[in-house]
Amino acid sequence: MPVAAPEPVDDWRHGGFGVYLHWPFCQAKCPYCDFNSHVTAQIDQKRWADAYRRDIARVAALVPDRIVRSIFIGGGTPSLMQPDTVAAVVDAVRGGWPTANDLEVTLEANPTSVEAGRFRGYRDAGVNRVSMGIQALDDHALRRLGRMHSVAEARAAFDVARAHFERVSFDLIYARQDQSAAEWKRELHEALSMAVDHLSLYQLTIEDGTPFAARLAAGGLRGLPDQDLSADLYEVTQEVCSAAGMDAYEVSNHARPGAMSQHNLIYWRCGDWAGVGPGAHGRLTIAGERCATVAPSAPGAWLARAEAGIDVDSSEPLARPDAAAEVLMMGLRLSEGVDLRRLRTLGLEVAGLQELVDDGLIALDGSRMTASARGRLILNSVLRRLLSDQP
Amino acid sequence: MTELSRIRNFSIVAHIDHGKSTLADRLIQLTGTVAARDMKEQMLDAMDIERERGITIKANTVRIEYPARDGQTYILNLIDTPGHVDFAYEVSRSMRAVEGSLLVVDASQGVEAQTLANVYQAIDADHEIVPVLNKIDLPAADPERVKAQIEDVIGLDASEAVEISAKSGLGIPEVLEAIVTRLPAPKGDRDAPLKAMLVDSWYDPYLGVVVLIRVMDGIIRKGDRIKMMQTGAVHGIDKLAVLKPQMVDTPELGPGEIGIFTGSIKQVRDTRVGDTITHEKKSCAAPLPGFKPSVPVVFCGLFPVDANDFEGLRDAIEKLALNDASFTHEMETSAALGFGFRCGFLGLLHLEVIRDRLEREYDLDLITTAPSVVYDIHMRDGTVQQLHNPADLPDLTYVEHVEEPRIKATILVPDDYLGDVLKLCQDRRGEQLELTYAGSRAMVVYDLPLNEVVFDFYDRLKSVTKGYASFDYQMIGYREDNLVKMQILVNDEPVDALSMMVHRDRAEARGRMMCEKLKDLIPRHMFKIPVQAAIGGRVIARETIAALRKDVTAKCYGGDVTRKKKLLEKQKAGKKKMRQFGKVEIPQTAFISALKMDG
Ligand SMILES: Nc1nc2c(ncn2[C@@H]2O[C@H](COP(=O)(O)OP(=O)(O)OP(=O)(O)O)[C@@H](O)[C@H]2O)c(=O)[nH]1
Ligand SMILES: C[S@@+](CC[C@H](N)C(=O)[O-])C[C@H]1O[C@@H](n2cnc3c(N)ncnc32)[C@H](O)[C@@H]1O
Ligand code: SF4
Ligand SMILES: [Mg+2]
Repeated sequence: MPVAAPEPVDDWRHGGFGVYLHWPFCQAKCPYCDFNSHVTAQIDQKRWADAYRRDIARVAALVPDRIVRSIFIGGGTPSLMQPDTVAAVVDAVRGGWPTANDLEVTLEANPTSVEAGRFRGYRDAGVNRVSMGIQALDDHALRRLGRMHSVAEARAAFDVARAHFERVSFDLIYARQDQSAAEWKRELHEALSMAVDHLSLYQLTIEDGTPFAARLAAGGLRGLPDQDLSADLYEVTQEVCSAAGMDAYEVSNHARPGAMSQHNLIYWRCGDWAGVGPGAHGRLTIAGERCATVAPSAPGAWLARAEAGIDVDSSEPLARPDAAAEVLMMGLRLSEGVDLRRLRTLGLEVAGLQELVDDGLIALDGSRMTASARGRLILNSVLRRLLSDQP
Repeated sequence: MTELSRIRNFSIVAHIDHGKSTLADRLIQLTGTVAARDMKEQMLDAMDIERERGITIKANTVRIEYPARDGQTYILNLIDTPGHVDFAYEVSRSMRAVEGSLLVVDASQGVEAQTLANVYQAIDADHEIVPVLNKIDLPAADPERVKAQIEDVIGLDASEAVEISAKSGLGIPEVLEAIVTRLPAPKGDRDAPLKAMLVDSWYDPYLGVVVLIRVMDGIIRKGDRIKMMQTGAVHGIDKLAVLKPQMVDTPELGPGEIGIFTGSIKQVRDTRVGDTITHEKKSCAAPLPGFKPSVPVVFCGLFPVDANDFEGLRDAIEKLALNDASFTHEMETSAALGFGFRCGFLGLLHLEVIRDRLEREYDLDLITTAPSVVYDIHMRDGTVQQLHNPADLPDLTYVEHVEEPRIKATILVPDDYLGDVLKLCQDRRGEQLELTYAGSRAMVVYDLPLNEVVFDFYDRLKSVTKGYASFDYQMIGYREDNLVKMQILVNDEPVDALSMMVHRDRAEARGRMMCEKLKDLIPRHMFKIPVQAAIGGRVIARETIAALRKDVTAKCYGGDVTRKKKLLEKQKAGKKKMRQFGKVEIPQTAFISALKMDG
């Protein structure tokens, strides 16, 4: 007798539930960045705290009975938030849902001295993890990236963070202009000597619409690596980090065992999350239907709507094949991969699987599918092949 | 109807860019044919492609009225012609419809290859020729030198050449007077049975098939029933008009006049350029001699990217063939590309223009296969087969030998660049026939295999001479040579659209170049791809496209999922511009780009 397929209604449980909160302000705009961030002279933090509170309560009413596993305060530059504002947000989440015992509360911080001064306040507000955007351990490179801090300043800020939080991670951007594999290796060793238990290492991406994209189009921004060099740089990264006990658990994220970012795992495992704040995206399964939500990006518009208590974001149901495609796209980024049975339950049969296995790009272990080291480096092409039967 | 003595019919001919269309603008403007506010530059070049490339592709007719200094008003029918060698057929056809030519020569550049070619055609057509020196406003203009050149090189009296600037309008009144006083009036008998020449025809989305005619004898009227003498087709005249340049209805056209008619014509084969039109009842005795048919010299396959567009392509090709009698087509199937058409063209620019028009005017995405010339395959059994498509080469055991078309190429070049031109011709298996000088310019005549010329000879010539050389050619016949079929294998599968005939001695170099080009043109795939050139089963060149090494999004968090999914969808849509060969996707653009040579 055929066994009834489990209802995909609860598919989000594979990833759990979290809250993402977006703080849309920065002191200056970095030329490579396409995040929803704005530079404003005056920010009325009380108004923002109230608006966040209201909106969190609105979402809590929509999807009650969830256990919040993680809160992530991202940006923009959340280390520009006053500790009171952060406290208001954390309290609102705690008031809206039950939370896990080991609730992870991460705040993204920029490494300047001013911001380091607020770390104690953040800890008191309930933050227990900091992710710091150090970006480079080379002053010349920092200037070229248009960053406002030096390496020394970043190191100092990082030390303050370590003093206040057990869990601290930092970000570096590599595959920069004129960066050789040997230089990157040295920088990476230095980074690993600073690292606690988590590192995010991103290859520089030239995003459409940024000043970097315009410079590149105008023939500037010389010395960016070609495909082969950036592949070499990526491979060096894997080698050096693994040797230091910090394997990649995701394309660009490395952690010691047990130190993975719980919050980001929700995305990669395709759980549900509430997206609160300007331009925030969310995924919420309501009455068995997974919906993609998105809030207006302009801070003023978002604030006005949240204060008026109207539905801030627009919400669109995801067709089942789309939901399944997301599970595949996100899941293959993880070293743990995805479960083919989960995809099947969502109605997705992947294409070209055997061929990809034969070419050494995908590995199968029972129903678990993972991208090989080589496959992960060309994941977009692999995904296009796997999804090539989809309309 | 106008009295014969007050009609003048002429074509404007010149080397490319010497200013024919600009002169036509001035003649139209000065005679007030078009209101000032409606004037625009090169107004007769109405097609998008003509405007974009700044060249004339189709000959265009305009009727203008000119009150001359003798107090009489004359009707002038001018035909502006294209200058590029690929469209020489348009010129020769136009010349049959008129009695005289304005030979425009750029006073700064002097006589060029198409100046010569066009003069000879005009002389063939018994034209009276008025030389016009244009662009005398340019600092580099040297009218005296160019007049001497016209006399030395062409042998035409240039003492009364009209000096003008078509751009500024200088000398235009003198051109108009010269047309009236120096060109002959047409002859013809208005009481004889109707005899008119079918000069051109085109498809108009509102009017259907439009036919351009020149009346020789008799009178044609709206409502008449006429007969095409070659095809025997009979039609009623629905609309009769003259071109000013927009259509203006007229009740009748008499001898010497040029105009258009429409009349429920549906079939392409009903309107054959050069045909004679007469009345169904009272027919003329003998037809006009007709035109020498144009012979396509370059062939290629055109296939829809999306196989579902085949019917659309068929429809578009048939409509376009109506506008352009010199373009031929027949159905073709290819293992890799499916259903399409093998089309014949007068040259590579003609090919590009037709492909462009099909894509734009009919909204199609097309794949163009390697251009090829027509080879004569002499079989052991004594028969001769014409090979239009290298993929169809019969089994070599049955082939006795292969002959290829050769051309006589005439190149005019400043002597500073002579060495480069000779080297280019020599590299392309040319044999020198003549080398003469006129002042500081050399005239080189070469016997060249057409297949060495069709791809990019003209581009190369332009680049080695910094644009100072001019080029013209005519077919001179077939000759046997050591020709072989070279196949290109991508990931071990032959791609028939890239097969080509090459000379044995040039095969290795050509094969290597093709493989190197394809290596750059085919994007990296998830696996490595061998690209080989082979003759028979033997590989003569090989390159490998390395496997893709990096194609992954660095950051992908909650806010990026939707965007990432859209990106994958966009990339999928981009695949429409690709063709699948086994596991490999080849971009359409690769098919033409691979054939352009660098050396
Ligand atoms: N300075 C100058 N430029 C001119 C003159 N007449 C034409 N031109 C320029 O020469 C270029 C070619 O002019 P066209 O009238 O398109 O030449 P064409 O002979 O019709 O060219 P095809 O139809 O392509 O053979 C244009 O850029 C004109 O503006 C002139 O009297 N003086
Ligand atoms: C939300 S962003 C910004 C966090 C914080 N405001 C900062 O700049 O330090 C998170 C991380 O994404 C990475 N990032 C941003 N733009 C990038 C780009 N164009 N290419 C690669 N990484 C980028 C940076 O490492 C950055 O720290
Ligand atoms: S990189 Fe960080 S600090 Fe720079 S503009 Fe983007 S969000 Fe703001
Ligand atoms: Mg022109």
